[in-house]
Amino acid sequence: MKTFLLTITAATILITGVATAQDAPFAREIKVRQGIMGYRTMNVAILGAMAKGEVDYNAEQAQKAADNLLTAASIDMSMLWPEGSDDFANPDTRALAKIWEGGSDVGAKAQALVDAATAMQAAAGIDLASLQGALKGVGDACTACHEAYRASAN
Amino acid sequence: MRRILLSLTILAATGAAGAWFVLRPEPLPADALAGLEADAVRGEQVFWAGGCAACHSAEKAEGADRLVLKGGRRFPSPFGTFVAPNISNDPAAGIGTWTALGLANAMLRGVSPEGRHYYPVFPYASYARATLQDVVDLRAFLATLPADPSPSAPHEVAFPYNIRLGLGLWKRLHLDDGWVVAGDLNQAETRGRYLVEALGHCGECHTPRGGLGAMDRNRWLAGAPIPGGKSRFPNLTPAKLTWSEADIVAFLTTGFTPDYDSVGGAMAEVVDGLSHLAPSDRAAIAAYLKRVVPAE
Repeated sequence: MKTFLLTITAATILITGVATAQDAPFAREIKVRQGIMGYRTMNVAILGAMAKGEVDYNAEQAQKAADNLLTAASIDMSMLWPEGSDDFANPDTRALAKIWEGGSDVGAKAQALVDAATAMQAAAGIDLASLQGALKGVGDACTACHEAYRASAN
Repeated sequence: MRRILLSLTILAATGAAGAWFVLRPEPLPADALAGLEADAVRGEQVFWAGGCAACHSAEKAEGADRLVLKGGRRFPSPFGTFVAPNISNDPAAGIGTWTALGLANAMLRGVSPEGRHYYPVFPYASYARATLQDVVDLRAFLATLPADPSPSAPHEVAFPYNIRLGLGLWKRLHLDDGWVVAGDLNQAETRGRYLVEALGHCGECHTPRGGLGAMDRNRWLAGAPIPGGKSRFPNLTPAKLTWSEADIVAFLTTGFTPDYDSVGGAMAEVVDGLSHLAPSDRAAIAAYLKRVVPAE
């Protein structure tokens, strides 16, 4: 009997756990914004590989990646960042509650990415040196926002 | 009886003198910098390579604020919490009145202008390998930075670590200005060694420490726990850091990892500092890291 009860209890905990994961708060918003973030990364990776010399510089491909990066940086994401969709509400995200707190400059940091991506769009198709020069600005924009508003990876 | 007392007194005095001899701060000779000319432009490169701003600017300082070296950042450790002092150009609160020799004694010998030991949280165990020319140039550059009147806060260190004279013993045991990575190095690797082992003081975070907090030269850059944190400073030896040299250079230049995630934690400020150096210096660091002895 005792074992039976224990099994039931364990099963209940398991089922509850699964249910919570499925119905996790803001699961959809988090998934979509991570997708947009991934698409930015994908295009940065194309530019980064050329900057590193892993692949030959190709003006056309570089321009396309830079155009995509700017597009993905400029999307209106206000529907995807409802207040409270932070790492406390749902561990699938590393977004910190600070994003929505008073004094948050998350908007300015998002704009800094748009600015850096705009500079990259102007530079990427010129030549490799111009692309390399603009990549640091993109990296700085990513780092600044992540360091301020993203929980550290553990 | 009197003779015994006298003997005891002499013995005690000799002991104290002996202890003082072992524990005393040892500054450089007064003429150590003779003939060296200061170049503030070169000094700016030393400043960024040395990471001064990463500890001595205010927490989360960005842009021009990174050049206001007002101190105040807190560094937890097993020995207590250290607080970065004001090293701005203020003559009273900062180091505005310091000579180049004073700075050299601080950086290379861990000795203050008043002749006291500094705690090795100030990375003189690494800076000890710096050239005197670099210190002279750095002094000239620091003199161009703003003054800030914020007073330095005392360290929060309890007995017995609050007895600074004891640091004399620590220095006898652990202050070693010899290179860690030895052997035939090419020009880039040699420059990289200087940047990593001396100015950049990379080992201060990335090398595990022994009981008295000294870096373990046998596990050089093998990674270490972050004091007061949950994660670790990563292992930079070829055993774990499998990035290509191009990956390392890209990381130190743009802050992008090979997966195009962004640099995190304290390293973000390090990358910001290194971005001021010549591209050849970042390449030199990457070349050096490939020569470090692999350690798990």
